[in-house]
Amino acid sequence: MKAAIILFPGSNREQDAIRAIEKVTGKKPSIVWHGEHALPSGIDLVVLPGGFSYGDYLRCGAIAARAPVMDAVRAHATRDGLVLGICNGFQILVEAGLLPGVLMRNANLRFVCRMQHLVVARNDTPFTSHYDKGQVIKVAIAHGEGNYEADAETLKRLEGDGRVAFRYCDEKGVVGGGANPNGSVNDIAGIYSENFRVLGLMPHPENLIDPLVGGTDGRGLFESVATLAKAG
Amino acid sequence: MKARVVVTLKDGILDPQGKAIEGALKSLGIDGIDSVRQGKIFEMELATGDRTHAEGLLRGACEKLLANQVIENFQVELL
Repeated sequence: MKAAIILFPGSNREQDAIRAIEKVTGKKPSIVWHGEHALPSGIDLVVLPGGFSYGDYLRCGAIAARAPVMDAVRAHATRDGLVLGICNGFQILVEAGLLPGVLMRNANLRFVCRMQHLVVARNDTPFTSHYDKGQVIKVAIAHGEGNYEADAETLKRLEGDGRVAFRYCDEKGVVGGGANPNGSVNDIAGIYSENFRVLGLMPHPENLIDPLVGGTDGRGLFESVATLAKAG
Repeated sequence: MKARVVVTLKDGILDPQGKAIEGALKSLGIDGIDSVRQGKIFEMELATGDRTHAEGLLRGACEKLLANQVIENFQVELL
């Protein structure tokens, strides 16, 4: 699998993403600077990593979403290429209009940094084939603006089309309530694009790759993408 | 020409920061403020002196960058 990681000023999780992809696929991803106008040829997966691009100025992800490289990312998505936006990357995807809705300030106004359980909504997508449907996974979260909101019509469409990828739950898999860390509507932790080839999520699966640092529940996501890329 | 752009949250969008400010005002004993919504103001210096041109320019700036129209409204004021 050929992956490219986009680097914005203020990205800080790109090394985690590089390590995760390298560990799972054996191949080092390319790093693409935000000022580039093109992606390297033959890229299967584009990753927008976590961090605080442009210091979260204006709105989280707003300035990065207008960077020159985003036209190339948009073209990649239009060609049915795979795009993964993690945390700030998810914020960039919604600001760029590649995913609907918006990520607002956490409802309790606190930055949350902890381990979090998620339920995998479906396993027939490019990003989740190595999980079971309804599987509960434990990954890290670290964000101040992860409160997903969308207007009623968008939400209805997302739910109706099964485009919610992950929901916040407790260790038993009970969704919502106190397990929702940020007030996200319908306990949404991540969503897909219409063709299921763009995924944005607030949690950090790239940090849960090595048992040494808390678990390997994030591996499945990268293994799923790698399997798909190999088959393609 | 000087201009000001005001960006505010649309009605019905929850504003946790506004709520926190509202609570802080109450706790300071400043009574009579029923609700608070937080927004942003951008003050700008424009090269043009033409009001129609300025208005179009700023609308474009709001639509492209300054406001996220999923959740925000904007207002352009030419000074």
